[in-house]
Order: sequence, then C-alpha cells, then structure tokens
Amino acid sequence: MKGNIIKYARDNIDTDVIIPGEYLKVHDYTELATHAMEGLDPDFHSKVKEGDFILSGKNFGCGSSREHAPIALSHSGIKAILALSFARIFYRNSVDGAFLLPIEIDQDAYDGISEGDEIDIDVSKNEIKNITKNQTYKMKPFSEIIGKIIAAGGLFKYKPDQD
Amino acid sequence: MNIVEKILARASDKSSVAPDDVIFADVDKVMMHDVSGPGVIKVFDKLKKQGIAVDKLWDPTKVWVAEDHFVPSADKMSAENIVKLSNFTKKYGIEKHFKYGMGQYGICHTLSHEEAMVMPGDVYVGGDSHTNTTGALGAFACGLGHTDIAYVLLNGNIWFKVPETYYFKLNGKLPDHVMAKDLILKIIGDIGNDGGAYRTMQFGGSGIDEMSVESRLTLCNMTTEAGAKNGIVEPDQKVVDYLSQRGATNFNLVTGDSDAEYSKIFEYESSEMEPMIAKPFSPDNTCVVGEAPSVELDKSYIGSCTGAKYEDLEAVAKILKGRKVKIRTEILPAAISIYQRAMENGLLKIFLDAGATVGPPTCGACCGAHMGVLAKDEICISTTNRNFPGRMGHVESQTYLTSPMVAAASAVTGKITDPRDLI
Repeated sequence: MKGNIIKYARDNIDTDVIIPGEYLKVHDYTELATHAMEGLDPDFHSKVKEGDFILSGKNFGCGSSREHAPIALSHSGIKAILALSFARIFYRNSVDGAFLLPIEIDQDAYDGISEGDEIDIDVSKNEIKNITKNQTYKMKPFSEIIGKIIAAGGLFKYKPDQD
Repeated sequence: MNIVEKILARASDKSSVAPDDVIFADVDKVMMHDVSGPGVIKVFDKLKKQGIAVDKLWDPTKVWVAEDHFVPSADKMSAENIVKLSNFTKKYGIEKHFKYGMGQYGICHTLSHEEAMVMPGDVYVGGDSHTNTTGALGAFACGLGHTDIAYVLLNGNIWFKVPETYYFKLNGKLPDHVMAKDLILKIIGDIGNDGGAYRTMQFGGSGIDEMSVESRLTLCNMTTEAGAKNGIVEPDQKVVDYLSQRGATNFNLVTGDSDAEYSKIFEYESSEMEPMIAKPFSPDNTCVVGEAPSVELDKSYIGSCTGAKYEDLEAVAKILKGRKVKIRTEILPAAISIYQRAMENGLLKIFLDAGATVGPPTCGACCGAHMGVLAKDEICISTTNRNFPGRMGHVESQTYLTSPMVAAASAVTGKITDPRDLI
C-alpha cells in the first residue's frame, strides 16, 4: 500500500484536535471530513490527498471514544496512521470499523520519514519502505486478533467461531 | 486472579484468564448516548444494506440510553439526533431511555450510578470514553466506539484483550479540602497521559476504605485520562449501601483472590495530598495549586460526570456559602436527581446567592459542545476531565482542571486559589 506522508512531529494528538467536540453531532461523514484535524492544522483538509498517510509520535488518538476521529480521517482519504504508539479506543475503532490501519513504528522510522515522503507499507512482511529516501524500516506486527479483524475487513465480517 | 480477571473469566465462560488473553466477553449492560447512538444507527443502516439482520437486539433489557451531550438540544442537528435516538429506542423496545424534560435524566456516567444501572461484577460497556467511571461500583466498565457498541447490541458480546493491572495502594484519609480529583490528577501527572494505556487501574488500601463511593467514582472516571482500559475498586459495604439506597440489592460482590497478581504496585500517601491542578493542554500537566501560574481567570465551570455529583456540589457550597463569585461561574448538576437534592438541601440558594448561574444537566461545555463554550484567549478553571486544545471551545482558549473546591475558591478570587486560603 503506497501513499505520501503528512507528518505531525509531536506526541499526544488527541481526539479533540482530530475532530473538535462541536462536530460530534455531525453524522454526515463527508461533512465531518472537512473538519478533520481542524484543531491542529486548519490546512489539513486542503492539502490531504486520497491515499495519504499520517505520521506522528506517541499516544496518537488519546482522549474521547468518538469514532468520528478515525471516520473523519478515513473520509479525508487517509489510509493509515504511522505512530510510535496509539491510544486504545482510537486504535480499536480504526480496526473494528475498518476505517484505516494503525501502524506502530519505531524511533528509526519516526525520525527517518519526512513530510511528503512516498511510503510503501507491506503488512505481510511487517515492513515499511521509504521510496523517496530508499530506506526500509520495521513495523510492529499486528497482534493475532487485530490481524484477523483487519484481514476480515472489520469486526462485523470477522467470524470468531471459525478460528 | 484479580477482580478484573475474575469478572472477565466468568463473562467468557473460562475457569481462568491472564493478561494478554484475547476473549469474547458476554456483556451485562450496554449504554449509548446522543453522540454514540446516532453512530450506532448509521452502522445498523449500513449492515442492513449489506443484508445483515438488524431487526432485533440481543437483549433490549440490558441496554440503556442517555441524552446528555447536546441537550437541551443545542440546534436543529442535535434536536434531530435526539429524535433519531427516540425512534431507535421505541423500535427496538429499549425501555431505559432517560429523556431530558421527563423526570430523571443526566450525564450517562452519572446515571450509571445514580440509577444503579450497573452492578458489581458486571461487564459494562458504553459508547463513551468515561465509561470507566462506573468501575467504582466493582464492575468491569470500559468505553468503546459506536461500531463496537452496535456489535454488542446485536451479539451480546465483544472481544477484549485481558488487561494487566496497575494497583494503586492509597494510604490514609484525604485531608480536609483535598478531594479525590486532586489525588487522581497527582497520579496522572506522575504516570503520564498514556501511563495506564491498555491497562486496568485498580485502587485500594485504607485511602479507599475511607473514601465515599462518589469520590471513588471520580478516581475511576479520570483513569481514562491516563489511557486506561478501565478503572476499578473492589466493592465493599459502602457500595452495597449506596446501591441499596437506590433500590438495587440483587448482586454478587466479586473481589480478587488473596494471591491476585498485579503487574505493578504504586503507593500513595493520600493523607498527605494537596490541592492540584492540570494546566493547559493536558491532564498530565499537573502541579500543586500553590505552584500554579498567576493568571486572571474568566470563568469557573462546575459540571460534568467528573465534577458535578452531589458530593462535588456540597463541597462547592461549603466554599461559596456567604461569598460572592468574582468571575462567571456556571454550575451544572450532573443529573436531575442531584439537582433536586441540591434544591432540597439549600445548595442552589447558596449558588444563586453567590452570583453563580445554575444550569441543567448536560455534557455541555465540557466537550465544547454548547452552553458555555470558551472564546479565543478565555481562561477557564473547570471540574471536568480534559483540557486539550479546543476541548471547551476555541482552540486558543485555556482550561485548568481542578477539584470542585479549587474551582469554587477560584471563582471567589478570580485567580487559581487553594481552598484552604479562604478558610
């Protein structure tokens, strides 16, 4: 899966900046997407392209359980978030609703990947290739259940009884 | 096994579970509100288009619904969400729908305990991150997104990775004018806002024995701000009394085994705690009130599931009695039952005499939704739970998180104030 990076070199990007509370009443996802990242980067909506990835630091998505957060990002075109770590509800919302891939990266990837870099994520090899810089990094493998839910296409398509 | 492992083992029909086990747990209670509810409805619509049956819930008697975030309806869109929610509960036969303007209603987490909706030993999930609150009754209480809530409504279970547990041993009674909020801000400041991530935060020790159920609710509520999967306190006689006062007597008290294991034990001298604040822009950016910056406050907000329970309002009244507020002060009891007690016991008169405005129960400005949101550069002291950029309004507003007593004392002076300085 290839895409270009939008980098926010900071920790603790919270759900209030991903989608501010005043928009929680909005359930039209196209409209929701126009407000994605509004609390941190008012230019996000104009610069994001279909297939982009976000790169960020620790504890991405901390705060609220609002599924509006992964939904707003996903409907903006974001296919994956690469972060040093994720807050738990954001992580499971991303996976269970099949909105985007939460990819845990290490410090090398975080430091090595820059804004605008073209990246190729290969989940089967747990590998991230930086096409722009010709570098390769490891991603943390998904746990078994997460891998299965992602492969199924979300929690509703996952059949635990068939394990 | 510890209490969480015992609850999750029972709920997944296993003789034992251990941290990192992945289980499907049967759910005893599930909650949604006017933000997560319309999300659930969208998931149902999508499933229907995919040919998946959504004509009945697994058990509507185990589901309850709160109207809290955008009530009283903030605008047309939020009014429509309430209508959608009402149609949904009618269609699916959900009888426990707390509607504003119709007797008891309030913030979902407050209703969970005020109305004894959740019992000790339950697996309780809610479509809101502060579902952790209700762990104070001895339940496994965990927040989920609306896809997961939709899954529970249809299937009655949900997957969990069994969390490892951090045990916080609290020693001694909190001093006068120091509240559970001060203690939990201190803990979050120490471990960081991802310090409890994916874990259980369990509280025990003589500090818990001395503490009211409402104070324990404050502790568990704020475990969300350390990233925890859930907060929990083993139930004792105080929980039994609290629930029986609310008409609930049929439950089993689950506690950990004597050889229960915890991945880490922290010890706090609760008897030596001091009033704390969390400065902008994170709940872990804490210091004691004595070291707070000297800022001119614009507003004191006393509300939310965290800081507007009856005990919180009583503490506020102690400070405001016979005094006048110097800045805008908004007090929003977290449920109608609390509002009513505050009226019957003279608290509302104290608040109004002091010059504060008393509003209806709502999540309101806590999440920047409506009713008291902040303007650019406004500075608010608040009994709520989060202070990320834009949390309570404009992205360049600022929120200081405190206990109800500190918020009340600061309302009187217009500066961040230790309540002991007013005594």
